[in-house]
Amino acid sequence: MSTAHIELTDVMHDDHGHHDQSFISKYIFSTDHKTIAKQFLISGIFWALIGGILSLIFRLQLGFPNMDMSWLQPFLGHWINVDPTSGVGKLDTEFYLALVTMHGTIMVFFVLTAGLSGTFSNFLIPLQIGARDMASGFMNMLSYWFFFASSVIMFSSMFISTGPAAGGWVIYPPLSALPQAISGSGLGMTLWLASMALFIVSTLLGGINYIATVINLRTDGMSFSKLPLTIWAFFLTAVIGLLSFPVLLSAALLLILDRSFGTSFYLSEIYIGGEALPNLGGSPILYQHLFWFLGHPEVYIVLLPSLGITSEIISTNSRKPIFGYRAMIGSMMGIAVLSFVVWAHHMFVSGLNPFVGSIFVLLTLIIAVPSAIKAFNYITTLWKGNIVFTPAMLFSIGLVSFFIAGGITGIFLGNAALDIQLHDTYFVVAHFHLVMGSAAFFGMVAGVYHWFPKMFGRMMDRKLGYIHFWVSFIGIYSVFFPMHYIGIAGFPRRYYSFTNFDAFSSFTDLNAFISIAAGVTFLAQLLFVFNFFYSMFKGKRATANPWKSNTLEWTTPINPGHGNWPGPIPKVYRWPYDYSKPPTEEYWEKMTEEEKENWPDFIPQTVPYSETPESNLPHEQELAEKEKKEDKGIEIE
Amino acid sequence: MVTDINIAGAPKKQLSINPKRFILWLFMVSIVMVFASLTSGFIVRQSEGNWLNYELPSQLLISTIILVLSSVSVQWAVSAAKKKELSKTRFGLSITLLLGTIFLISQVWVWSILVQEQVYFVGNPGGSFLYVLMGVHAFHLISGLIYLLIMLVRTFKEDKASKLQFQLGMSATYWHFLDGLWIYLYVFLIIYH
Repeated sequence: MSTAHIELTDVMHDDHGHHDQSFISKYIFSTDHKTIAKQFLISGIFWALIGGILSLIFRLQLGFPNMDMSWLQPFLGHWINVDPTSGVGKLDTEFYLALVTMHGTIMVFFVLTAGLSGTFSNFLIPLQIGARDMASGFMNMLSYWFFFASSVIMFSSMFISTGPAAGGWVIYPPLSALPQAISGSGLGMTLWLASMALFIVSTLLGGINYIATVINLRTDGMSFSKLPLTIWAFFLTAVIGLLSFPVLLSAALLLILDRSFGTSFYLSEIYIGGEALPNLGGSPILYQHLFWFLGHPEVYIVLLPSLGITSEIISTNSRKPIFGYRAMIGSMMGIAVLSFVVWAHHMFVSGLNPFVGSIFVLLTLIIAVPSAIKAFNYITTLWKGNIVFTPAMLFSIGLVSFFIAGGITGIFLGNAALDIQLHDTYFVVAHFHLVMGSAAFFGMVAGVYHWFPKMFGRMMDRKLGYIHFWVSFIGIYSVFFPMHYIGIAGFPRRYYSFTNFDAFSSFTDLNAFISIAAGVTFLAQLLFVFNFFYSMFKGKRATANPWKSNTLEWTTPINPGHGNWPGPIPKVYRWPYDYSKPPTEEYWEKMTEEEKENWPDFIPQTVPYSETPESNLPHEQELAEKEKKEDKGIEIE
Repeated sequence: MVTDINIAGAPKKQLSINPKRFILWLFMVSIVMVFASLTSGFIVRQSEGNWLNYELPSQLLISTIILVLSSVSVQWAVSAAKKKELSKTRFGLSITLLLGTIFLISQVWVWSILVQEQVYFVGNPGGSFLYVLMGVHAFHLISGLIYLLIMLVRTFKEDKASKLQFQLGMSATYWHFLDGLWIYLYVFLIIYH
């Protein structure tokens, strides 16, 4: 157990860098996929807290527009404008935009892309496919440290005098290209672009590694049709990332050239401050095309890993095989393909040709099919299951709820005609915060609760987990459900204040309610952070397979070392969802009451069919015969 | 728990290729996406009108021929390494490095001709795109040159050509890819400039 302690304390110190050499090579610049996963996770938690705090600040402004914010001056400095006569402090209007921008950037990229894929793809891919480590441990390490450098740049951009990027997380030019337009488009935007360029490199290094590992390093017997759905999800996510992030790199490159080298890819005929700019012939729409070609797949990069995690957790804790394993894979593939052909539905009001728009409407609505298949399969897996309500299970079920609630409004927004009314309102904010923000976040949290024992050899506290779930679940609906109404009423997003519009005065109380709910939800997350770090040291010690799960990671020692398995890598004989597999009818009749009582409700992937003649189906019995013959060296084809 | 299971059959070994080679292929896919997006951006922007029309410098053909020749020489180096002829490998790599460098110089030459024809980097995107496509390709070509240079240095360190074969094969694959990428860009520019 002493080894457990060493690993735990070391992970804690990942973000500091003043230890002796051996420690650094082992835990700071580690090439072990488990350590890298923990580095991503802890960085992700850090970013999630920053992103959450930023949203609280702008929620204060939106919920309580007349509030005196001078008490925030010690933290925000000159971003709070204090009126010298009345002493009333107001949030700087441009800083409000910066807050919104940074909240989006941090949550989408740093938390739900790096924090989610980085943590779980790294941690689970080698463990669940039966590999010693990633295809290239060195590239994996580089991936984290590119992310770290990118994080440092993005974080430092929040402390410069002109403020961080403020053009929205989509950084549309010309606003983002012209420092004269808004102070955030100066140094802040330069840092944003530099940070994102490093981030893209990090994502590509990671993604290439995930794909190469899943394809080439599966253990004997682990065919694609026996892969856990988590791995399928991580694999497809990495494929989407590999194809879409380079496009963002191109878009950013052209933007950098426009900003710093005087080209006119996105700029044309602009008058600013009474002066005409020399740029001619550019097209800001070109940027939107390039950006959303990444931007839309990015939604699925954020969501798919969570959906995969949910499949695994729901099946394990329902003690039932996942319903429609192949349909799940098929729908994930469908989502992956469709994600590349719907980008223009973000651009319905950009002057897009209505005929082209109608094609994108059609393709967008088709996404409802695989999404619905997934939602149905989750529910049918739960149906009549012997459900174990662990915190991870609750969060997974919460994900399904958000996925459905947020997905339905996607059908509204996918229609060009409706989108003209709803575009850029709080309806959109409500939609994507539920379906991609909260759902993906719940999947991530569920994953942490579920695999915490494998990561740190200890259990997270259950009761705190339950409180965390219920406050978050009710809190998130309280925040985002009312936003639908506000959005339908025409409330535009990214506005600093609505006090000047009489039409919106009836929503004042609702906005205050949303802000309070957001605050409460945030407090619940602090509970999670406390639980996370407390359980790392003081949590109950984990058993080898605390959730009675079938997948390979639970066959490793409680604290797996380098190489994951001390002995040979286990071989795989069956799919990962043999939960509650009943005995055959003839065997059932022979069983004693005691045997029936103790009938195991799960069969790990490493158990051969020849060892389970009592539960084998006829075709599996044939497989068992085959296994036996092969063992004797008889060739079968 | 795992080791004490009595394995009754032999689960099939899963189909796999060398992960390092596979990583190289995936890396090339991401480069393809960069150029696919830039060239499709080119088409989208061009279709909106207000596009600078110009003659494509004929010197680009010379660049193309040089790069194709370098592909031949790198392949010659690879087959020499297979025959364990270290000095021929060295010679082939040196020729490739030389041709690659001449290609880069030739590209800069093309740029100077473009400037003479008043097609500038800063100005109408029609011109800017040409510079960006050539520049981003040149950037990747430099990375290929560095890779080949490392291989050349290793031919002096290793005493047996067989030790080099794998990495040499990878560097040649990458070089052929960059060559193919350039031919794609060249044909694209001929059609769409």
